[in-house]
Amino acid sequence: MEKTVRILNDEGFHARPAGVFVKKASEFTSTIEVKAGEVTKNGKSIMALMSLGLAKDAEITIKAQGPDEAAAVDALVDLVNKKFQA
Amino acid sequence: MQLSGKSASSGIVVGRALVLKIDPIVIDPAPTTNVDAEIKRFRAALAKSKADLGHVRDAAMAAMGADKAAIFESHMMLVEDPELTGEVEALIRGKNQNAAQALSEVAAKFVAVFEAMDNEYMRERAADVRDVTLRMQRNLAGIEVPDLSTVKDPFVLVAHDLSPSETAVMDPKKVLGILTNVGGKTGHTAIVARTLEIPAVLGLKRATEVLKSGDWVAFDGDTGEVVASPDETTRAQFLRDRERQQKDNVELRALVGQPNASADGVVVGLMGNIGSPQDLGVLKKYDAAGVGLFRTEFLFMDRPTMPSEDEQYEAYKTVLESLAGKPATIRTIDIGGDKPVPFMKIGKEENPFLGYRAVRYCLDHPELFGVQLRALLRASVHGHLKIMFPMISSLEELQRCKAQLEAARAELKAKGVAVAEKIPVGVMIEIPSAAVISDILAQNCDFLSIGTNDLIQYTVAVDRLNERVQDLYDPFHPGVLRLIRTVIENGHKYGVKVSMCGEMGGSPLHLPLLFGLGLDEFSMAPTSILRLRRQLKGWKLPEAKALVEEVFSKSRSQDIEAALERARTARA
Repeated sequence: MEKTVRILNDEGFHARPAGVFVKKASEFTSTIEVKAGEVTKNGKSIMALMSLGLAKDAEITIKAQGPDEAAAVDALVDLVNKKFQA
Repeated sequence: MQLSGKSASSGIVVGRALVLKIDPIVIDPAPTTNVDAEIKRFRAALAKSKADLGHVRDAAMAAMGADKAAIFESHMMLVEDPELTGEVEALIRGKNQNAAQALSEVAAKFVAVFEAMDNEYMRERAADVRDVTLRMQRNLAGIEVPDLSTVKDPFVLVAHDLSPSETAVMDPKKVLGILTNVGGKTGHTAIVARTLEIPAVLGLKRATEVLKSGDWVAFDGDTGEVVASPDETTRAQFLRDRERQQKDNVELRALVGQPNASADGVVVGLMGNIGSPQDLGVLKKYDAAGVGLFRTEFLFMDRPTMPSEDEQYEAYKTVLESLAGKPATIRTIDIGGDKPVPFMKIGKEENPFLGYRAVRYCLDHPELFGVQLRALLRASVHGHLKIMFPMISSLEELQRCKAQLEAARAELKAKGVAVAEKIPVGVMIEIPSAAVISDILAQNCDFLSIGTNDLIQYTVAVDRLNERVQDLYDPFHPGVLRLIRTVIENGHKYGVKVSMCGEMGGSPLHLPLLFGLGLDEFSMAPTSILRLRRQLKGWKLPEAKALVEEVFSKSRSQDIEAALERARTARA
């Protein structure tokens, strides 16, 4: 299960948004990955997500694999679209 | 023993030192013989680090609010980060490394990743990784990090430097004062100290060597003077000074609510300079008649991207609303090569103060300037807004700024957005050419504001940050004072008010002179307002005019300074 979204908030994937994302991702048992360009990172790692250095307007693909994969992808896509206002 | 440092937060303190000295971490490369026990040890250190940070976050939340506490929330997540812990445990299992060795290897790798990023904000995150992994290393080594919140008696905190996670847990009731080896007036520790009103002297170089926990120490946060192990006489002297200062503060507090008027009833505006909505509390406390200078560049610094129109609008609106009808002069950004802002890409310049900065940059970048102007115009309906343009050197520049402002207004109007009908527009007079043509500028704007820091450095051609010529930076130079007189006279000739921001606006020595010259508004650090209010009550306008005569009859700045000094002591 995967979906592609664009980052809308001004700061991009910096500390606070990455933290909010990881918190939400960690609520699910599925493995979660974030793909940007050719690079794929662990969606439950704030370190990995921040190291992608994603700015506003970057496109990312959110992939989940596991029992709650559909709910996880939907929740995370929603979070990105809401500019990480959890 | 005497030490001298940088004054960072006002106040006189006498107390016992508590020296925060933490042993350096030494990592033993010996492999582990019991992998499972080592992993268990690592996880215990993780748990302790996370719990510690939880306390830090709660303390920060209580002392400084959710905004400041958010950073520790992300530190807690770094501690538990699956990539970090996964790699450490893989090294322990796969290579029999001990936990400290494995952690230091993985931490170095992540620090390197952040440091290599081409975005300044992300590069700074390397410091977060270092802060967090250092805490984990200490917990692994069993090095107790002193918990300041458990010390019973009040103390003077002495440290090499203080990290945000240390200042966050400081209890202002217990910390009498702060002394550090490194740091300066604008750093993190100084800002926290001023916010919490804890006296502080920083940049003492050897404070942690000279002082031991339990030693007496006395210091003055205004002068930067520190006495280690003072004898009884010295302590008594500092205590008397402190008492006098406190009495003086009480006397000044009594002036809150009174007008900014001279002995013969001439009223001037004593306003405050601010850098963000956070300064509004201090502004109110010292009873400012309004904001004479809001330096908006602070909204743009230390961040990866430009603040959006909405974000700027909120900041301006907050300031205007909190002033409840008192005026706020908001200056458009004054940024150049001396204050690097990553998204502005100005680059290093040989002479940033004579370079591509302020309106020179803004006029070429409507995508940035337009956003700020629209945010200001939208905020204009929430209070008494005045807009000021910095670094104007010619009428053409002023006209181009005004044209962009009008374009922004038309754009908003077309969208049906409400904007105040009449918004005064002013020019900051800080370039000598602008002072000389202030008659022309006055006919094309609604107010003039003299920025003395730059006006002085441009007039006497002295880089005020260059120590070798600092002595020539002279606020008593007759050339500077003549320019100021010219600007005030030109403003009044064409019916516009003249104000002053910059150090001279809050200088007790200059107050009677500027009052005599007819300056309408003085803008300064809010903490100086009440002192100047008290001083103004001691003068009548004709006396101040006589002082102007005397000063302008002198040719040398040292004679001018002496005359002003005599005038002040005669009335103290």
